[in-house]
Amino acid sequence: MRVARVQAWLGERVPIAPLIEALRHKRVPQHRYSVWYYFGGITLFLFVVQVVTGGLLLLYYRPSAGEAYESVQFLMTRVQFGWLVRSIHAWSANLMVASAFGHLFSVLFLHGYRRPREVTWVSGAFLLFLVLAFGFTGYLLPWNQLSFFATSVGTDMAGTIPWIGHFIVRFLRGGDTVTGATLTRLFGVHVAILPAIATALVCLHLFLVQQHGMSVPPSIEEESRRSERPVATVPFFPDFALRDLFAWTVALAVLAALAAFYPWELGLKADPFAAAPAGIRPEWYFLWEFQTLKYVPASAFGINGELLVVGALGIGAALLLALPFLVPDRPSTRRALAWIAAAALAYMILLTALALRGSGGPIP
Amino acid sequence: MSAITGTAPASGEPERRTFLNWLLGSWATGVAASIFYPILRYLIPPDIPEAATRSVDAGKASTLLPNSGRVVAFGSAPAIVVRTATGDYRAFSAVCTHLQCTVQYRPDLQHIWCACHNGHYDLSGRNIAGPPPRPLEQYDVNLRDDEIVVSKRA
Repeated sequence: MRVARVQAWLGERVPIAPLIEALRHKRVPQHRYSVWYYFGGITLFLFVVQVVTGGLLLLYYRPSAGEAYESVQFLMTRVQFGWLVRSIHAWSANLMVASAFGHLFSVLFLHGYRRPREVTWVSGAFLLFLVLAFGFTGYLLPWNQLSFFATSVGTDMAGTIPWIGHFIVRFLRGGDTVTGATLTRLFGVHVAILPAIATALVCLHLFLVQQHGMSVPPSIEEESRRSERPVATVPFFPDFALRDLFAWTVALAVLAALAAFYPWELGLKADPFAAAPAGIRPEWYFLWEFQTLKYVPASAFGINGELLVVGALGIGAALLLALPFLVPDRPSTRRALAWIAAAALAYMILLTALALRGSGGPIP
Repeated sequence: MSAITGTAPASGEPERRTFLNWLLGSWATGVAASIFYPILRYLIPPDIPEAATRSVDAGKASTLLPNSGRVVAFGSAPAIVVRTATGDYRAFSAVCTHLQCTVQYRPDLQHIWCACHNGHYDLSGRNIAGPPPRPLEQYDVNLRDDEIVVSKRA
């Protein structure tokens, strides 16, 4: 009696009953590619892990060139479980990039970007860029040698853009070179600006996913049409939700194992007047761009080589964003797109592997 | 428990469901505990051992005029050195015993005053007016040439 009255009181003031009702009737398609549906959920789970561990790190971190490295060192050596929190944040960031890419390519190969999900795709592509921006800005924050030079190289690339390049470099660095001003700037971007944008975009993305439901791949649609049997589905709650929970548990287990057995290292403190250490390279998800830069000559067709790479990346990003509007929904174009995506994926994997082997540098 | 011992009851389903729910519940508790225990420990600030300060240099005596005061660092807390109108040197902890604001010397009143809640202390550190419940801790003052040296009383 009491409970019913509290429910009625709450229901009047927080009217979520229609939402619960919708979730109760929501069903998720079940077919041989269903396993790829979990990558979005895993990415979301890792995003939540990042928000929680990032908030914890903020309690001890000090964003200045004089104190950043020491505060991380203090966190890792003196604060109980500080090493674990930092290690989880770093590993989860890497896993999140990996699962976001897995999500992107699975949606691409299963053609989930088609009408009416174009806006879902665009918001997702923006979120992927945000994830990479999170990775780039967060990398500098411990203020160690590796991150210092990686940030120096990464921001320098923007300088090749004609006319506005110099302005962008200064804008990113908060000055002409990477200094404490850069650290403060990237810190603000990493903990305030990017999270605000990402949270809004995640909400939009999730809302659209809930509204449109999961996309069924064209091949499965075709099979169902031919056999005149509707695509099999399972209820979202509890069936799919429990499977999602299982996927999250697996992600948590992998994350905890990596964080505990391979704790993230801190390295040496950044010294702007020391030479860049040998074997310096960016995070693995920027390696293929890094390797591409090594192969492109200083100038080609009368254009600066770096500018060619930066330009190609920019065009690639624009094409990725606009993809649903560029690809007509016909079997032939879908097949062509799948081949292009496979080629892009193969290129990224090949160049990452080459970079990991350490080849491509000029040897005197 | 019959699911383990194998003595199947007449209605096996509810028993098995209870067992599975129990299993799921203990798993969830385990996961929650292994997440929240480290977080709780992490939130507790680590102890930073501080060297106990016994005595500090409180600047030149020649720059501290009669009927004035100066707040100096005494370890991690402030101390106040006062030169009375008659030229005597006094030193106290500058932490108000009411709510830990830092006190100051009022030349117009010729005693120590706390701005936060209008607390008054006389030149022996006694709380004479306002909310402070206890006197200020008094320190020893010695002059080494022109240097004022403030030290804790043994």
